[in-house]
Amino acid sequence: MTDVANHSDRRPGLIRLWIGPLLARPVALLGVAILLVVVLFAVAAPLIAPYDPSAYDALIRLSPPNPQHWFGTDQFGRDTLSRVIYSARMALLVGVGVVVFALVTGVPVGVFSALFPRLGQLLMRAIDVLMAFPSLLLALGLIVILGPSVANSIIAIGAGFLTTTARIVYGLALRLKMETYVEAARSMGSRTGWLVLKHVLPNLISPLLVQASFVFAFAQLGAASLDFLGVGAPPNIPSWGNMLAEARNFITRAPWLLFFPGMMIVLTAFALNLVGDALRDRLDPRLRSAFGAER
Amino acid sequence: MTGTALLEVENLHTSFAVRRSGRTRRVAAVDGVSLSLADGEVLGLVGESGCGKTTVGRSIMHLARPQSGRVMFRGVDLLAARGMRERDLRLNIRMVFQDPYASLNPRRTIGDSVAEAGDINRAFKDSADRRHRVEATLASVGLDPSLAARFPHELSGGQRQRVGIARAILPTPSIIIADEPVSALDVSVQAQVVNLLMELREKLGLSMIFISHDLGVIGHVSDRIAVMYMGRIVESGETEAILARPAHPYTKALLAAVPQPDASLRIAGAMPASEPPSQFAALDGCAYAPRCPLASERCRIETPQLRLWGQTQRLLACHNV
Amino acid sequence: MLSVSNLTVSIGPQARPVDIVSDVSFSIAPGEILGLVGESGCGKSMTSLAVMGLLPHPGPRIRSGRVEIDGADVTGLEPWQRVEAGRARMAMIFQEPMTSLNPVRRIGDQIAEAVRVYERLHAAATRERARELLELVRIPDADLQLSAYPHQLSGGMRQRVMIAMALASRPQLLIADEPTTALDVTVQYQILGLLRELSARLSMATLFITHDMGVVAQLADRVAVMYAGCIVETASASALFRHPAHPYTRALMDCMPVRGIRGQSLRTIPGQAPQPGTILVGCAFAPRCPNAREICRTTAPPRLDVGISHEALCVFPVTGEAAA
Repeated sequence: MTDVANHSDRRPGLIRLWIGPLLARPVALLGVAILLVVVLFAVAAPLIAPYDPSAYDALIRLSPPNPQHWFGTDQFGRDTLSRVIYSARMALLVGVGVVVFALVTGVPVGVFSALFPRLGQLLMRAIDVLMAFPSLLLALGLIVILGPSVANSIIAIGAGFLTTTARIVYGLALRLKMETYVEAARSMGSRTGWLVLKHVLPNLISPLLVQASFVFAFAQLGAASLDFLGVGAPPNIPSWGNMLAEARNFITRAPWLLFFPGMMIVLTAFALNLVGDALRDRLDPRLRSAFGAER
Repeated sequence: MTGTALLEVENLHTSFAVRRSGRTRRVAAVDGVSLSLADGEVLGLVGESGCGKTTVGRSIMHLARPQSGRVMFRGVDLLAARGMRERDLRLNIRMVFQDPYASLNPRRTIGDSVAEAGDINRAFKDSADRRHRVEATLASVGLDPSLAARFPHELSGGQRQRVGIARAILPTPSIIIADEPVSALDVSVQAQVVNLLMELREKLGLSMIFISHDLGVIGHVSDRIAVMYMGRIVESGETEAILARPAHPYTKALLAAVPQPDASLRIAGAMPASEPPSQFAALDGCAYAPRCPLASERCRIETPQLRLWGQTQRLLACHNV
Repeated sequence: MLSVSNLTVSIGPQARPVDIVSDVSFSIAPGEILGLVGESGCGKSMTSLAVMGLLPHPGPRIRSGRVEIDGADVTGLEPWQRVEAGRARMAMIFQEPMTSLNPVRRIGDQIAEAVRVYERLHAAATRERARELLELVRIPDADLQLSAYPHQLSGGMRQRVMIAMALASRPQLLIADEPTTALDVTVQYQILGLLRELSARLSMATLFITHDMGVVAQLADRVAVMYAGCIVETASASALFRHPAHPYTRALMDCMPVRGIRGQSLRTIPGQAPQPGTILVGCAFAPRCPNAREICRTTAPPRLDVGISHEALCVFPVTGEAAA
């Protein structure tokens, strides 16, 4: 009497589910590779950096790339390569910080707005107001209020992304609210808390993961902008933005000071976008094949 | 049919506000419906789209909010219940949904979905108890208990529908409201699921409200039938009697239109187009009058009420029969 | 009018194609309605798309076989190619009329657009033809409805509009893919009646695809039953319902709830249909067939004549009357 399942294989493990589509697109592999390098830099900086990033040596200041200093040296004689490597820490810290901030603030706003329509209207209008500000201006404004520091720059940049996250979550949660399985749960007496925990949040994970990769990417640019303007990370902490700020005065004399940190910013953001694209492409066909082709 | 009514629906009115071309209008989806369900009985609620049968089911489950009317379960008003009372009632009246592809959360395992009612209402003693009961329930709907660890996309439509049924019987309820449970399935799978529902009804002593537009299936499973049109019940009575001698003109038209696998009943040619009016049309009198061959002046002015008709406890709402 | 011979549609790489429609043959005369019936996944929709020339790119392709309309070989040609060649007028209607109609344009305009593909008339004449078509499909108040928008019409009306658009080309062949599945049963009854009238009046060959045996009985002159990509039985409607020869046809009919067996278990078909594209040895239905024997599992079944233009793809076709 039991009829056979359509799929004889087990559900692919979580790893295969996410790595698979990345492997399927070779461009995404490039992105993953770059990210791995960045992470390696951040994690193993003391081990791989050839020099101490703050070590001065006036004798070799502003030297172009050479066998002793692959990326050259800056106006204080500090090794650019080492500074680039150590800056990866800042990049990751800010990136992760911004993503976490955006999720922790954006998701509850979006979910509550969807589940409580009247409150939701108000919140969404407030979000609209925030979105009216160009993100850099908003970040600058917040820094002025909060004061320049790494933590504050995370908040300042994060505020810009809390809006898009909230919007996305709002739209998704609205749709999820109408799903039959949510109705079924309500019919069994579930309260809002259960619905959110068991039905809404788990279905948000995939889209949020994609969103997170893009937020991470743009956070790099935002952080670099703030650092460049001098209101982000303090100048003694190496970050790509800070390095760009200092390189400004030496553009013609020592272009390598501009090139390498700039390239790292671009590469990191690019890599994150590639990965985000691949993840997003995975989401859509999955949904379609899971719900359409099986009839 | 025993004398005690397990479920009594009294004069239910449920309407929705719909925004059309800038204005908000009310659509009366359920317009004064009363019915009763006896212990162990299967009541078939049949009608075409827009007749309100699904809304009746959802109103009973309190998924839609009725404007007025009462739903009494064993003498307790469902719609007014709160707290522990509401919890007990929720466990006792459960719903099986139409779309097997949409009614299960794709991110939760089958086991989690089946156990959900128990989880929400803390009906399990511990995780071992939960596991045993989930596996036993899966087995009782004809599924391999090991499927509890799988996800919905690994199962076929028929299997998913069985999961939906399993979810509705753990813990065992008194009443199941089945909202078009087989309409989205292939014919051969429909038969399996229909058999399953009948089997479970026997085994677990369930009563059922079976909602469908498919007269063939409803005729097969129901003890009594209620025919709905535009938010009202137009005829109700014992299944055999209604199918053999339909009284209301709409019931007759419905029966005549049901496709039978008999080539001698082939349609000869076209007939003038006649369709249910828009749900927004505020009608005086009988809603079926515009399409009814027996319509009279009275029909357009005065809404017919359900009254006893004939010998066999038949209720009929028509002026002209 | 329509002649399909040994049509095979496959997916997958060129080197190792996987057949989702295997060796399908049938023909429809002008004015005749052929019902192509089968459950989901049997390949009936794919067959109709192949006949129309609407197979999606990239994807399934016609691996072999021929499709001839009114003598002209149109195998693999897309609709615009057929229109350009000036031969083989055909049209198709689908299940969900709302997605085939543009929600922001009036009905009259959309029908006029269909008319203009085939006839060069000035505006007034086009509009007149559009009105004619609406009357042909028995839409009341045709004049008024020309200015209506799709969302103002009910499902049944929208389907009639689809049929009107399909008729704009004066088709010799009409393919209807489950056009009534989404409609209420009383509306379905009317649409089926309309299709009968139109096919007779316009001498149109009609291929009607459905999963509902009852609908087939109400509408079709002849029936072809599909299972796992093959046609397992072809017969006139009366012959099919009186003496179904293929065990699958019988089983399908037995599953339906019929008055008289209320309260008893319905008969079911054990197991599940093979996934589209699974490589099969022997008869596709053998694992589920009550009459299956050893030879059924090893050899592909032959197409046997079991009556006057009644064929079944079975080694041991069933004889005798259908169960009541």
